[in-house]
Amino acid sequence: MASDLETADYPDKLRRVVVEPVTRIEGHGKVTLLLDDDNHVKQARLHITEFRGFEKFIQGRPYWELPVVVQHLCGICPVSHHLAASKAIDMLAGVSQVTPTADKIRRLAHYGQVMQSHALHFFYLSSPDLLFGHDDSIKHRNIVGVIEDEPEIAKQGILLRKFGQEVIRLTMGKRIHGACAVPGGMNKSLTIGERDYFLEEMPQVLASAQSAVELIKRLYNQAFDYHQSFAALETNSVSLTRSNGALELYDGGLRARDSVGKTIFDHVDYQTYSDYLQEEVKSWSYMKFPFISSLGKDDGWYRVGPLARINNCDLISTPLAEAQRQEFIKLGEGQPARATLAYHWARLIELLHCVEVLNELLHDNDILGSDLVVKGEMQQEGIGVIEAPRGTLLHHYRINQEGLVEKAKLMVPTTNNNQAMNESIRQVAINYLDGRELTEPLLNQVEVAIRAYDPCLSCATHAMGKMPLEVSLLDSNGKLIDRREK
Amino acid sequence: MSFILDGKNIPFKEGDTIMDAALNADTYIPHLCHDPEFVPHGSCRVCLVSCNGRYVSACTQPAVDGSEVESNTEAVNSIRRELVAMLFAEGVHICPACEKSGSCKLQAVAYYVGLLTPRYEHFNPPGRLDASHPDMIIDFNRCILCELCVRASRDMDGKRVFSISGRGSEASLVINSESGKLGDSLFDVSDRAADICPVGALLPKHKGYEVPIGQRRYDITAIDGAAAREPVKKSGKSDD
Repeated sequence: MASDLETADYPDKLRRVVVEPVTRIEGHGKVTLLLDDDNHVKQARLHITEFRGFEKFIQGRPYWELPVVVQHLCGICPVSHHLAASKAIDMLAGVSQVTPTADKIRRLAHYGQVMQSHALHFFYLSSPDLLFGHDDSIKHRNIVGVIEDEPEIAKQGILLRKFGQEVIRLTMGKRIHGACAVPGGMNKSLTIGERDYFLEEMPQVLASAQSAVELIKRLYNQAFDYHQSFAALETNSVSLTRSNGALELYDGGLRARDSVGKTIFDHVDYQTYSDYLQEEVKSWSYMKFPFISSLGKDDGWYRVGPLARINNCDLISTPLAEAQRQEFIKLGEGQPARATLAYHWARLIELLHCVEVLNELLHDNDILGSDLVVKGEMQQEGIGVIEAPRGTLLHHYRINQEGLVEKAKLMVPTTNNNQAMNESIRQVAINYLDGRELTEPLLNQVEVAIRAYDPCLSCATHAMGKMPLEVSLLDSNGKLIDRREK
Repeated sequence: MSFILDGKNIPFKEGDTIMDAALNADTYIPHLCHDPEFVPHGSCRVCLVSCNGRYVSACTQPAVDGSEVESNTEAVNSIRRELVAMLFAEGVHICPACEKSGSCKLQAVAYYVGLLTPRYEHFNPPGRLDASHPDMIIDFNRCILCELCVRASRDMDGKRVFSISGRGSEASLVINSESGKLGDSLFDVSDRAADICPVGALLPKHKGYEVPIGQRRYDITAIDGAAAREPVKKSGKSDD
């Protein structure tokens, strides 16, 4: 159930505190708090202050352009958008199954992407809070502080991210905004030289990934009670899983579980996602609010991303990550972990899993193959779903007989986490800010809660045509004469 | 007979243009609307050179014995930069997302003349696509009015499928069919005109990006014939 801090009864009579911009996240957002005279929080909202119009301006474009065009939504996880769109345009091209080489090169790119994104988020963006505390000096609480005080940790982060970026470069052609997927397959595989280059680095990368999980466990357990309770939420979780319930990032069925781990739906073919998931538009946000249809708007909101995925899966297929998952699930004492800061722990288990999967793929000779593309007959509708670093990502396109896009819908992870992020900042507002004089370290806790989700705000704003428009007419002294809202 | 091009002696025979002679001598002069297969057109003006102090288009100017021609100089390239910048501004050329990227002459010439960022406010014309043909698509906003497709269809295919209508800023590519659609014209994917577009205006349908980044035409060899960057070494490591 959503908290009652979404909308205050008499907002005009309240004092407004704005945290802008929210730092160390992707994209631009702000948090507004409304407080009464005694500093009691009456309203807390996360706003996204930028807008993307991709769903609109790709209308009329040819379908085979989509993976390359749509990935420009984001500079952090373009591979995820590229591959989600690729799965959708495979369908549009009438291809239900790509070749083993194409499938495994796509997986290489994807696991490299998730790995580098997780390393970026943990080491560059969030580790300062966890290493130094949310109340550390703002001048020191950043990646430069990490490099100065914990150079070995910083080097690990750089090494892990670099490896993932290199995987992307040699599969996609470029580290950012490359092009590898084509309708029905891929445009390249790996050479033996490229594969050996990665295998040479693998032992060190695997060791660093293991160290990263040990690091987050140590940090989490140092202030266990705080980390367990901070912005903790009872929520539903949505993710892809394999048919045996294992963690799956590239392709699988949709699974939803509630806050105590009871299954809401399972092994759902994502082609039928609209029977299970819906979105609500609220007047105060460019970001939509998705929910599980069977539970309704108030109770159906959910979390996606590393925490939801590790909570949702029954096992992990790679041994090192599975051993870490076994330890992680103790956090929930028989139920899914609720701690928002457990996202960091889950994220680094996934990072380790990504490295293990990359290692498996690099030992598979299919990645050196030359059978890259399958042809089919053009279809009118295509849906692609993938687990992006931040959670479940959906691309849905409809095209006309000439192959031009008529309708596009993108449900991105940060949108899926919208209500949960809002609820988390409200938890922080109630537990840590309410009735207190607000200081920078206190307000940073709001950001710490948001940061745990690793939101990518630039991808997430899709409430096209619902944008509130406000025009104020001021006289030469700045006095308000008239105001109109649309 | 010969002339001097950027300090190099270029021989030519009677009737050659400066461009003919330069191409025969494996010396690059930037151009977009010129193709040795067709009668010179002289419309893009990118092949502008200074011949004995006068600016002329190399593709239409007859070579003159003993003349001094400047092409790859900052003075000449700065004018070319302006011309190419205007082409980018009036069309919609989003190289990072275009199927032709890496194999596009407009993009390659832009790199050659040092145009790396927009210089003028974009016109942002409304999107105009013709996807009515089963095999080919036209993105009119990428057309640079070079008329290569017009000439190929008329002179080699004998069909006159394409023409330019209007003048000045109103000029645009039009299709010779009752509906004005490519799908209703005599155009065929095997036509010479189907494979002549120097930019991403006239492209095959249902595919794109088939050549990996690093292996595209101008990834390997720059448009002036110089070796471009080597994409990936045998070890897999890049230079950067």
